[in-house]
Amino acid sequence: MADAKPVHHTLSVLVENKAGVLTRVAGLFARRGFNIYSLAVAPTDDERFSRITIVVDVESAPLEQVQKQLFKLINVVKITELAPDEAVERELMLVTVSAEPGTRGQVIELVQVFEGSIVDVGHDAVTVMLAGASDKLDDFEELMRAYGIVELQRTGRVALPKLERQAPRLRSVSGKVG
Amino acid sequence: MELNGGQALIKSLEMEGVEVMFGLPGGAILPVYDPIIDSPIRHILVRHEQGAGHMAEGYAQATGRPGVAMVTSGPAATNIVTPLCDAYMDSVPIVVITGQVGTAAIGTDAFQECDTTGITMPVTKHNWLVTEAQDIPRVVREAFHVATTGRPGPVLIDVPKDITDPKNPRSAMEWYWPESVDLPGYKPTVRGHPRMIREAARLICQAERPIIYAGGGILKANATASLVELAELTGIHVVTTLMGRGGFPDGNPLCLGMPGMHGNYTAVTSMQRSDLLVTLGARFDDRVTGKVSAFAPDAKVIHVDIDPAELGKVRRPDVPIVGDVRLVIEELVKAVRELGGRGAQADRAAWDAQLADWQRRHPLVDEQPDDGSVLKPQFVIETLRDATPDDTIVVSGVGQHQMWASQYWRFDNPRTWINSGGLGTMGFGVPAAVGAKVGRPDRMVWAIDGDGCFQMTAQELVTAASERIPIKVAILNNAYLGMVRQWQELFYEERYSEVYLSPDLPNYAMWAEAMGCEGFRVDTADDVLPTIEKANSIDDRPVVIDFRVDYKEKVYPMVPAGGSNDDIILDPSMGQGGH
Repeated sequence: MADAKPVHHTLSVLVENKAGVLTRVAGLFARRGFNIYSLAVAPTDDERFSRITIVVDVESAPLEQVQKQLFKLINVVKITELAPDEAVERELMLVTVSAEPGTRGQVIELVQVFEGSIVDVGHDAVTVMLAGASDKLDDFEELMRAYGIVELQRTGRVALPKLERQAPRLRSVSGKVG
Repeated sequence: MELNGGQALIKSLEMEGVEVMFGLPGGAILPVYDPIIDSPIRHILVRHEQGAGHMAEGYAQATGRPGVAMVTSGPAATNIVTPLCDAYMDSVPIVVITGQVGTAAIGTDAFQECDTTGITMPVTKHNWLVTEAQDIPRVVREAFHVATTGRPGPVLIDVPKDITDPKNPRSAMEWYWPESVDLPGYKPTVRGHPRMIREAARLICQAERPIIYAGGGILKANATASLVELAELTGIHVVTTLMGRGGFPDGNPLCLGMPGMHGNYTAVTSMQRSDLLVTLGARFDDRVTGKVSAFAPDAKVIHVDIDPAELGKVRRPDVPIVGDVRLVIEELVKAVRELGGRGAQADRAAWDAQLADWQRRHPLVDEQPDDGSVLKPQFVIETLRDATPDDTIVVSGVGQHQMWASQYWRFDNPRTWINSGGLGTMGFGVPAAVGAKVGRPDRMVWAIDGDGCFQMTAQELVTAASERIPIKVAILNNAYLGMVRQWQELFYEERYSEVYLSPDLPNYAMWAEAMGCEGFRVDTADDVLPTIEKANSIDDRPVVIDFRVDYKEKVYPMVPAGGSNDDIILDPSMGQGGH
């Protein structure tokens, strides 16, 4: 999955916060034969709107057609395509891992390396929270498999565009020098 | 002013300028039917909810104004799903209002409850479940706005009973009428991009074998006059799709008629050989393109549509233009003039000669035998065409009769051809004709129907008779589901499976009489014209003529489904077309 990156594109879709909006979006994908890889929904700071972050499998349909069909939905206000190198993308994972007394130390060590945190401890298992880029989560998941994953839940990706690197003033200064 | 939700709904329709609505009352919509008694809106009581939907469609297509239908919840809502889908496929602006169980009962499987907004979501441009009486005027305003602007289409408003029932305190509302709509996610683009328009004009002037491919959008945008101007300025020939028939007059020498699966040889082949398709309000439907990879292989494409999602959906355009097709054509005309107009066009003498040669060598063929042995359906349509006024509105069902009507009628005026193109809804004809006649009582309205189609919705002739809506119906009765029979003959080795209907069961003339219409039966060519003339003279009730036509007649030309348009099959009497 990790090396097949180009088939996934992230769309950040601003929608009106109205009943049934998620059904409209999901239904559109289903009836047009577009595949959703992951999907996350939450209200924005403006209570009239929600943001749906959809990771689209673009092998199922051209991204342009997906965007245009989405935009036809009356409740869809804005669509931003976030290319992987122009966006900050994060995902959250909760995973319960077997941690017998003999292996618990190794699990905790790996959690620290990945900058995760242990949010619940049982008698022979721990639940770990890890936030980060999706491939980092993939790697952690792979490592935990050896210890025994009891349960796992990922949120799907959320994303925002990357910010401008240069401050406007600096840019004008360098212009003068040139 | 305090109103109840039912009153507010009817008053909102009045504010939208609604003059007629089609519907059938029932439990959940009862409170909205009460104020109709005091409203100037004419309500036409249908015999089946599907009829109400198709009537609204016929009304909308004949007038250009939105059609309105109102029915109750549950089975009534599901019965109107077919017209909604039909209107969605053909971009027909209709507003459907459905009753719903009270808000407290929603989700409890109450009597006559169904998830109407859920069911209709995929077949409406948008739909609303109104939960507060106070929202009714706003939602009605939004619904009409969405239905009639941008790419037109059907919308649905689902209205729970508690917010309309005066006995329920939840129905109380303070009347208002919103001055504007607030839909932050809905702003259709109507003006074409100037740079794209200039680029399109440049391609038009350079093209040696251009064709204008005009679809239903021409009619939706009332763009006929602009299209004629563009065609005559550039000298480019025009094909009109099944949905676009009448959008460019058949009588204009530049008109090549209908392309597609049953299009004429010249219309189909001119697109195949063209070097530029000027696509105006058309959507590269599979019935037009045939096998997409083999469609018009040498053509560059200019594609003008108000729906951006149509651009690049099937065929990637070289020049995409989003906008209202009338406004874009007007700009195109200006841009072509700036480049030099007619004088700046490439030399197309060879192309024009080629088109004329195809037309001469491959006309539509039909022959009515003199011996009276059989009656040919094409002969009936030609006789009907010649015996009716030029602005007669023709409405059809779906199948062979629909194709013959489109092929053999001469459409010289917009909005004179109403049919079910995208969904292919059998039974569309009779109710849509009723709706068209209600919208245009000044026009003669003929439904050309098949015997299979007629049996699906004939009960709406009772509506027509009781409401004094004098439509005329020509049934081309070949005792078969004719188009299915044609496919079984050509592609299933003449193994006829479940397509025979019988010419006499039902007895159509008696059935028509029973429904309050005048009924006739015609068996011979000699009786065709006198009976049509008799029908034309009757204006106080509907008329039905049962024409007993040759069951063996097939629709030609034909491009087999999934085949290339190069493999067009001509009438066997013509030999093979070739090129």
